[in-house]
Amino acid sequence: MTSEKTTDDVLIVGGGLAGLSLAASLGHAGLRVAVADRDAPATQLDEAFDGRTTAIAFGSQRLLTEIGVWSRLEADAEPIREIRVADGGSSLFLHFDHREVAPITGNAAPFGWIVENRRLRRALFERCAELPKVTHLAPMAVEDHAVEGETVTARLADGSTRRARLLVGADGRTSPTRERAGIATIGWPYRQTAIVCVAGHEKPHNGIAVEHFLAPGPFAILPMTDAPDGTHRSSIVWTERPETVEPLLAADQATFDAELQRRFGPHLGAVRTLGRRFSYPLSLLQARRFTAPRLALVGEAAHAIHPIAGQGLNLGMRDIAALAELIVDHARLGLDIGSPALLQDYARRRRVDALALSAATDVLDRLFSNDIPPIAAARRIGLAAVGQVPSLKRFFMRYAMGQRAGAGLDLPRLVRGEKL
Amino acid sequence: MVASQANRPAQMPSSSVDPSEIAHFAKDSARWWDASGPFAPLHRLNPVRLGWVRDQAIQHFGRDSKSMTSLAGLTVMDVGCGGGLVAEPLARMGATTLGLDADAVAIEAATAHAAGHDLNLTYRVGSVEAEPADTYDLVTALEVVEHTTDPTAFVIACARTVRPGGLLLLSTLNRTAKSFALGIVAAERVLRWVPAGTHDWKKFVKPAELARACRAAGLDVVDTTGLVFDPLAGAFKRSATDLSVNYFLAATKPTA
Repeated sequence: MTSEKTTDDVLIVGGGLAGLSLAASLGHAGLRVAVADRDAPATQLDEAFDGRTTAIAFGSQRLLTEIGVWSRLEADAEPIREIRVADGGSSLFLHFDHREVAPITGNAAPFGWIVENRRLRRALFERCAELPKVTHLAPMAVEDHAVEGETVTARLADGSTRRARLLVGADGRTSPTRERAGIATIGWPYRQTAIVCVAGHEKPHNGIAVEHFLAPGPFAILPMTDAPDGTHRSSIVWTERPETVEPLLAADQATFDAELQRRFGPHLGAVRTLGRRFSYPLSLLQARRFTAPRLALVGEAAHAIHPIAGQGLNLGMRDIAALAELIVDHARLGLDIGSPALLQDYARRRRVDALALSAATDVLDRLFSNDIPPIAAARRIGLAAVGQVPSLKRFFMRYAMGQRAGAGLDLPRLVRGEKL
Repeated sequence: MVASQANRPAQMPSSSVDPSEIAHFAKDSARWWDASGPFAPLHRLNPVRLGWVRDQAIQHFGRDSKSMTSLAGLTVMDVGCGGGLVAEPLARMGATTLGLDADAVAIEAATAHAAGHDLNLTYRVGSVEAEPADTYDLVTALEVVEHTTDPTAFVIACARTVRPGGLLLLSTLNRTAKSFALGIVAAERVLRWVPAGTHDWKKFVKPAELARACRAAGLDVVDTTGLVFDPLAGAFKRSATDLSVNYFLAATKPTA
């Protein structure tokens, strides 16, 4: 270990979407932050690194606006104005129109926006580079960390050490930080793999997101901005049984496109894939604890849920909004930002939300990913019923937009669109 | 109770320091910063009382409420600072801070806790009577008044050190049936939040008495705020109207 030591307020392990969003939130408020990521920024911006898109809910968009990121992203974000949910081949639609949530948002704001992960990543890189108190260390792995008194010290891959009041694990579902802290996880894999790709189609999508519940799992068509050459595009999240995925990924373009078209239906005209196909095995994972001494977990390090409702990143954004608010409020009062009281408060605020969403998405998936006749019939009635009851429907929409907190808890300021 | 020699305050011509009070705190002084130790209630109280102090200072001195160093450039004296639970945060808010206490062990704990941090923070064993007049922008004495020999004399002594145009911030316990029930019976004897003998109910001060002492010292009272425990949230919070147990009082010294 060298004698060189640098002291930050907060050291974030993992410079993905969650880690960088937290760094920008804290740096924006004037705290000294370091983010360490094992991958180089150029690698992370490469199209081959992450082919996914993200559904940014209304609440997450407010957070990104507040921390100066959204303005760089707006041109690459396609608003979702309508959501159509269809059960298999049935013609029963659950239809959500953004004009119905005007009472929630104050105007006819969209439900959310679809953004390519690498665009969001680039906007976050740029914003963090602008903030004088944010240090972005990449590529730089964190090898180890230890707590002593009111300080946590991390050893970095280059042999240097950094000290901070608080360490944040934002290093994803396999979080080495979580493992080092001895925090166990609970969860199970789904017998499902998501194929992710971008589809070009003849007709414009008009801002409509479609979720088809097919027996192997949901098939989602998410509206994207047009390509520079004017091609209409949608992002596809196509859930299949693992054994079906292999041949699909290996198939030639024409075969794959034919399979895609079959699930797409005719409503957007002829469909073809643009760029690479990616695949991600799905699993549900929840950390048993969200904190350890001087450590808080955020994003997928704390909880990875089923992508069925497009809530993964938004759940992580609510972690960030809650943690950033607690840290900033404590720092302004000159209080210890890694204190047991703060960490306890963070865990209390987040656990309800994370568990409720894990359970809801798990149940949704189990309900929809099967062909057992009584269940299929019941869910058709259920879908229709939700559509018939305006208050129930608004409840779902409000949750999807990230505008509901757990019982008895206030939404963090950043999610309400207020300054930290 | 007998105070050990080390803990006995420096002899002052006239001091508000009560030696038996100092002895009471001194036996736990090494554990001031243990959030689950004998001073746990003060740790729990700290966010809300620091929030009130900061808000009053921001309002009075016209500071930016979003700043991380909202008290930068101000000189502050925290009287009866104990282990520095208030003085150190005030220094982190940017103030040039002096923490004063009659308990040498507490001052030692406070000094040790702040060591190695780059703060404008000094600790000294002593009592407020020996401090120069008309000096500090802000003088704080939180949960101290009720531990002094003569609350009125103590408030006047604190007020004397505030510079014209400066601010005096106090918090203490009201002398009501409810404060006896909660502060003495519940907190000391039933819940054991604080060691038995921490408080003497007869020394508790009514808001009107505290305000009268401030006015006698030539200060104007600008705010009184209650502090209540919210059992649902498990936390203390401010109350505009309920001053029946804990409360804050802010007073300003007129310029010239």
